Amino acid sequence: MSPPFCSVRNLSVRYGLEAALKSVDLDIVRGERLAIIGESGSGKSTLARTLAGLLAERARIEGEITWPALGQAPLPGRDFGFVFQDPGTSLNPVLTIGEQVAEVARRHLRLDWRQAYVHAEGLLDRVRIPQPARAMRAFPHQLSGGQRQRVAIAAAIAAKPALLIADEATSALDVVVQAEIVRLLDGLVREEGMTLLFITHDIALASGFVDRVAVFRKGELVEAGPVRSVLSSPAESYTAALIANHRDLSTKPLITEVVS
Amino acid sequence: MTLLKRLLRTPEGTIGLVILAALLIAGLLAPAISPGDPLRIAGRALLSPFSDPSLPLGTDRLGRDVLAGLLYGARTSLAVGIAAALSAMLLGLFVGMAAGFAGGAIDEALMRVVDAFQIVPGFLLALAFVSIIGVSTPVVVFAIALGTWADPARLTRAQVLSIRERDYVAAARVIGMHPAEIAFKEILPNALPPVLALSATIVAGAILTEAALSFLGLGNPNLATWGSMIAEGRSVLRSAAYLSVLPGLALAITVLGVHLFSEGLTRALGHEGDSR
Amino acid sequence: MNGPLTVDALSKAYSSSGRRVAALDNVSLTITAGETLGLVGASGSGKSTLSRVLLRLLEPDAGSIRFEGEDWLALRGVDLRRRRAHMQMVFQDPLGAFNPLASVASVLDDPLRIHDIADRKQRPAEIAALLERVGLPTAFASRPVRTLSGGQRQRVAIARAIATRPSLLVLDEAVSALDVTVRGRILELLVELQRERGLAYLFISHDLAVVRAISHRIAVMDAGRIVEEGPAADVVTAPRSDAARRLIAAVPRLVTEPA
Repeated sequence: MSPPFCSVRNLSVRYGLEAALKSVDLDIVRGERLAIIGESGSGKSTLARTLAGLLAERARIEGEITWPALGQAPLPGRDFGFVFQDPGTSLNPVLTIGEQVAEVARRHLRLDWRQAYVHAEGLLDRVRIPQPARAMRAFPHQLSGGQRQRVAIAAAIAAKPALLIADEATSALDVVVQAEIVRLLDGLVREEGMTLLFITHDIALASGFVDRVAVFRKGELVEAGPVRSVLSSPAESYTAALIANHRDLSTKPLITEVVS
Repeated sequence: MTLLKRLLRTPEGTIGLVILAALLIAGLLAPAISPGDPLRIAGRALLSPFSDPSLPLGTDRLGRDVLAGLLYGARTSLAVGIAAALSAMLLGLFVGMAAGFAGGAIDEALMRVVDAFQIVPGFLLALAFVSIIGVSTPVVVFAIALGTWADPARLTRAQVLSIRERDYVAAARVIGMHPAEIAFKEILPNALPPVLALSATIVAGAILTEAALSFLGLGNPNLATWGSMIAEGRSVLRSAAYLSVLPGLALAITVLGVHLFSEGLTRALGHEGDSR
Repeated sequence: MNGPLTVDALSKAYSSSGRRVAALDNVSLTITAGETLGLVGASGSGKSTLSRVLLRLLEPDAGSIRFEGEDWLALRGVDLRRRRAHMQMVFQDPLGAFNPLASVASVLDDPLRIHDIADRKQRPAEIAALLERVGLPTAFASRPVRTLSGGQRQRVAIARAIATRPSLLVLDEAVSALDVTVRGRILELLVELQRERGLAYLFISHDLAVVRAISHRIAVMDAGRIVEEGPAADVVTAPRSDAARRLIAAVPRLVTEPA
């Protein structure tokens, strides 16, 4: 059994008196796609930000996080990429798309500007931005929300990191674009052999493509396991409730009568 | 947590509040500590500080009590500073709101007026105004306000433009609220915090401008002011430096206190959204 | 067609970088009393623009709206403000929809006061009744809205919207920002209120599953146009437009069987 990519032991995160995470034990296997599922207040975003070193100063952290594969704490950009929820504010509005994506490559792959720009254009093509050469010179406000998120993904994977963390990366997008972004993430992660941490509140969305799920509630890890087994036979009543509350087109509607 | 408590939690807010409170008390108690006209001759001329217990900070070239001058000067500085800042704020708020709500040509026209006032250095504007009209206190207050109202106007307008787009303003329209009520109940209270934080800086500037004007002999000659005391002390700077240094220190501490208070206020208001 | 709402050939265009973009292109629809018309579409399809035009937050370039038998677009000033009592809205963002300084009581007091629903002495009782009806403890009246959870805030929003006894409620992505466990209960509340009060709803969302749950009929929008309309069950099981098919395909499904 090879060591996990990342090992979280007894992790607790507090803001003042409030505990955002309580004694979390979790392993992330190399190359897997793991979904962190939870509602608001579950601590899922706190977990993502703790792993990425993005917590606010006043947060108090206890427990340990080890990275056996890396041997040291991961470096943002080089060892992991982070995609935020809001593509409107995660990109710098005064820099062109090309500059922002190339910057990551230049810094971590030690390319010069020209090479970085070529690399960036290639990345925009991989994330299926139409007319990548033109997009390189565009500014974030000129793109749609879905396209901005693609750019954010391109920037996140620019230095070929081993881990990609997507923190509610599709929650601000409409359902059609959301499905496209999920397909994109799935494909990219498979091609590059990256490990993916997919944070979401939508258990069904995650079930379509991840390998394992970890369900969180009020800062605690409720249940974790292979996605099929957790969904078909959840061990905890909370997980069962999440599954039962999922609504799709086959769920019985609340309206039965037809108004004439 | 109330605003006051939050303010006192910041070191800047506490120190600033203490300094301002001390000044306020000094000004209010001036007639009790040093009764009588501060500009009257109280003793021998050029008496050093701490040599005579009845004149603790000495006297100036004409024999006037320095302590009385400092205490009554505090009144003038604070009164003129606050009155000028209040006038500037009210004018700025009014113009800013009008521009933000009206939009279109009215907004453009008002902003060009604001531009004009921002281009001219505030002090020179006040100077020119007082030179032409006269040196009474209301004129000085108005002159200072003229030089400082443009910034609050611009800030208020920016706030109004931003808040107008929020959902809760749309919600107010949807429930049928009258536009005037929306302006004063929904928008103005939410537009105020950054403008209020600016007001403390305006007070500091107003105090300095008043001191500068009276230093140049353009303040009300019947009032004891720190500026005129500093000017008076220039001619004996080598032998009796205390005459200029003491009011200068008072001025510096006052301005520092206002800035610290403003800093603390901004930080306290900044945590408005925390529910902790 | 005796519905409270009839929209005919509504159009609105914006100029963006020199081009005219049609946010609404010849949109027509009707809603009858007590029914829910679900309006679905991807972002940019024009749904939000339609809701804003209906609520007179934006003015259309062309078209007509008849609401409760009157020419809705012709109303202005005091007349419009008075008639607004009959058409209300619930917004998407439960936080942004309230004045940050407001308490629950003041939020509910505003419509009661503006439309003379209750005089000053009776208003607290009316506010308590509203809170009870939407499933909130009456003690919440004194709390600032920002201290409530998302689901609780949305209940306050619904209470505010029904305070003036409207005949039509426009719900613009009203449950999209809520947790799944909370969503279902809010939808149930809406259905109950509809049965009790004969309310008509225009339920706008990009999530077809949610729309399906409470709509009698569904209209599909794409690029400013209504491209399909019909009974909810039909649209969902036998879509005729590409837009509807894309929306159906995009609804996340629980995958419990191995691929």
